[in-house]
Amino acid sequence: MTAEFIQPDLVPALPEMVMLAMTCLVLVVDLFLPQNKRGFTLLLAVATLALTIAAVMLVAPVTSVSSFGGTFVLDQLAVVLKIATCAVTILVFVYSRDYLVDNDIYQGEYYVLGLFATLGMMIMISAHSFLLVYLGLELLSLSLYAMIAFKRNSLSASEAAMKYFVLGAMASGLLLYGISIFYGITGTLDINEVSASVSEQMSLHPVALGFALTFIVVGLSFKLGAVPFHMWLPDIYQGSPTSVTLFIGTAPKIAGFAMAIRLLVDGLGDLQFDWSQMLTVLALASMAIGNVIAIAQTNFKRMLAYSTISHVGFILLGILAATANGYASAMFYTITYSITASVAFGVLLVLNRKGFEAENISDLSGLNDSNPWYAALLAIAMFSMAGVPPTVGFYAKLSVLQAVVQVDMIWLAVVAVLFSVIGLFYYLRVVKVMYFDQPLPEQTTSIKEALDVKVLLGANSLSLILLGVFPSGLMAYCILAFSQITGS
Amino acid sequence: MYAEWPLLSLVIWTPIFGGVLVLFAGDKDPSGARKIALVVSILTLLLTLPLYTLFNTDTYLMQFVERHDWIPAFNIEYYVGIDGISMPLILLTSFTTVIVIISAWEVIKYRASQYLAAFLFMEGFMIGTFSALDAVLFYIFFEAMLIPMFLVIGVWGGANRIYATLKFFLYTFIGSVLMLVALIYMYTKSGSFAIFDFHYLRLSMTEQVLIFLAFLVAFAVKVPMWPVHTWLPDAHVEAPTGGSVILAAIMLKIGGYGFLRFSLPITPDASSELDWLIITMSLTAVVYIGFVALVQRDMKKLIAYSSIAHMGFVTLGFFVVFRIVNSGHGEQGAALALEGGMVQMVSHGFISGALFLCVGVLYDRMHSRQIADYGGVANTMPVFAAFMVFFAMANAGLPGTSGFVGEFMVILASFKASFWIAFLAALTLILGAAYTLWMVKRVIYGEVANSNVAALRDINRREFLFLAILALAVLALGLWPGPLVDVMHPTIDNLLNHIANPKI
Repeated sequence: MTAEFIQPDLVPALPEMVMLAMTCLVLVVDLFLPQNKRGFTLLLAVATLALTIAAVMLVAPVTSVSSFGGTFVLDQLAVVLKIATCAVTILVFVYSRDYLVDNDIYQGEYYVLGLFATLGMMIMISAHSFLLVYLGLELLSLSLYAMIAFKRNSLSASEAAMKYFVLGAMASGLLLYGISIFYGITGTLDINEVSASVSEQMSLHPVALGFALTFIVVGLSFKLGAVPFHMWLPDIYQGSPTSVTLFIGTAPKIAGFAMAIRLLVDGLGDLQFDWSQMLTVLALASMAIGNVIAIAQTNFKRMLAYSTISHVGFILLGILAATANGYASAMFYTITYSITASVAFGVLLVLNRKGFEAENISDLSGLNDSNPWYAALLAIAMFSMAGVPPTVGFYAKLSVLQAVVQVDMIWLAVVAVLFSVIGLFYYLRVVKVMYFDQPLPEQTTSIKEALDVKVLLGANSLSLILLGVFPSGLMAYCILAFSQITGS
Repeated sequence: MYAEWPLLSLVIWTPIFGGVLVLFAGDKDPSGARKIALVVSILTLLLTLPLYTLFNTDTYLMQFVERHDWIPAFNIEYYVGIDGISMPLILLTSFTTVIVIISAWEVIKYRASQYLAAFLFMEGFMIGTFSALDAVLFYIFFEAMLIPMFLVIGVWGGANRIYATLKFFLYTFIGSVLMLVALIYMYTKSGSFAIFDFHYLRLSMTEQVLIFLAFLVAFAVKVPMWPVHTWLPDAHVEAPTGGSVILAAIMLKIGGYGFLRFSLPITPDASSELDWLIITMSLTAVVYIGFVALVQRDMKKLIAYSSIAHMGFVTLGFFVVFRIVNSGHGEQGAALALEGGMVQMVSHGFISGALFLCVGVLYDRMHSRQIADYGGVANTMPVFAAFMVFFAMANAGLPGTSGFVGEFMVILASFKASFWIAFLAALTLILGAAYTLWMVKRVIYGEVANSNVAALRDINRREFLFLAILALAVLALGLWPGPLVDVMHPTIDNLLNHIANPKI
């Protein structure tokens, strides 16, 4: 058999190619810029992301298109998730500028690494082969390791980077091990082919399949941060420079969701019964541990880490329902969660000043007195995370809950809402600190006003209400993304 | 021309957008914010008047209906409309908000614009709750009003405000999330979130009981019914005067309204089966909480407990109907019970609001709510004393005031169900008089207790204005409750017909 080289259709991968080319350009241009012109790098990085979004829209297909021998796919799901990823990354880049300046780490590498991480996410989103999923994931992870360690002289950042690297490598190993077992059983890495042959192999190799699935789910849960594979998350969130925490806490969640869908739903749909049960345990544990432990936190970043864990539980709820409706709800939840989290971390970034790192919840005391605008923005984000209407967080929870109720898992919905009441407490505490407490003397100084940040952060936060009142547009896209799946 | 306007939407959104306007007016010039807030609230009140004048009292069907697609993916609609039970409560809301804004005029100095905006937001959300005919829309308004109230108690409240406001928010939220699951469950059964589709949904007994309990938790916390009432005294005591008034006059009514709109028509069989539970809880509220009120030392706490006892009448009236029908006294008595509950809700809105305002007037001068700090106020504030005594009498159920009408109707109807229910309910006539009048005796009458009381000034024109308006409302409703009862008659009859048919 002679392998013939077939010229792949490059059009579906146009956005990735644009991004790669532009990222290289950013890397080179930045070398020749003096420190006081660093703003140009940021501009170029944002332009890269904007161009990528434009390219995605340009090549957006009506139905699914695959290329590179079926390993790369561009469908509605990929289009929406890629746009969301790039848009959130733009927010991250803009919000972090002043923080980087104040901490003397305002260097072009931050943006280059961020862009490479985004490229990794885009590859994960479009990957339709186990190998490509893994490659995208590694590109993302390696960039993130470097970004965390970026603040070289910070002990906590170095520690966080080491932790993330060691644990992340282990999780990648587990994922890879699971993939290799599947390869051993089915003889292929292509997701479509795996999907086709899994059902045949189910009776032949039930134990091996179970093993492989377990490893894949463990690897996935680690990347998503689901309990009991969440231990890294609080330490990384707390230890990283806040600008990097902002990045880790937002865009990669979208990519993680895509990975879960590609691996579990597209690839292993026939094992749905098994992974649904695994995800049920993971989701319950995540909601319980995340919400309860967050109450005890005094560090805001750490609290948000536990809150992330609980939100991952909710996202898993949508996936485990295993209906098109459930996937669409989980997708809606993931995207809106990223938008919400970028407000929360964004406000925290703005509060940082030279020599003062706003980290603890008490650092927010009396924010309504010194900066009512930012206090209101953060309050909206907190209510959205808690799922209080009319913010979008409520609608996200509603859609996930109805997906769960629809498959007759009412008890799961009841448990979920009860844990979200527990969650409400610590979000309210943040609002309480901002609105009811007296400001500490060192926090009375007003925040420097960077107009672009102020406007963008304001728009970002108000979009939480806007999306909460008019969620149907985004929801329609999410449903369209899963219109092929009829559900089981 | 009025009839073609989207009146309900105007009434809901005018205060909300007005609130945004007030927020932007800022605190540099608080009088500007106050004026905008007052204009917006009066405008809203004027807009609600046509809801009454153009209301058709011959039909039980929803009026002023607006129905638009909102979130087609889940069949959620922007669907509003009013009938005989929601219309009076909407008028009560817009009326009370004007009073609250006048009462805050000079009193609130710290961030006045945020304070006033919060009340305008609340007004919009509460009217939205009363007029929503889509369950998700209802839930959104129902929850959204917690946020401004949370801030009002937390920012402008008393010493222990943070504990009180967190308790308030968490209690209410935990109650409502179970209702959310019940609503979603019914959506998966019926394919729509329209409340009327839920009314005609066939549900087995087990389903009905579970849904009924989910609603019960949500609304019982809101009403509040014994034993989930403990948040209310805390919230009332710590809330600023305006917060207490809105809480007592409107927010508690949303629980009662929920029973009429959701529990009774959606789960009639479970309601009939479990009516003993509600009746027991209501009578406990009336009797036991009445005794609790008797021993309070804090005026606001006393009125808060008296609110719980009075709201016990409302729930009693709503759920005693099954026993009346079963005992063979038919529709007439049952309608009397339901209408009694409704009248009691409206009347309690006026009276409790007025009493909280009275305490507020005293508090602004003395900065104390303790009964023991007062005595002989009538000597220094004769006009105020007259108002306070009048509202206290109304609270005790004096004939001729609105407080009498609702209680009398409910007691009368209860007699048809069972003598003992009526007997226990009637104890309130003694208890209510005891705790209210004893408080009045200690605060208003007697010798001037101390130098602070001796230095009191009588009420100014602004305070006179809102107390006088409320006094007129209490009298009018007490002497001639006809218009109110006529408005809700067709709706109540239809509701009774509806719950008479088993849904299983």
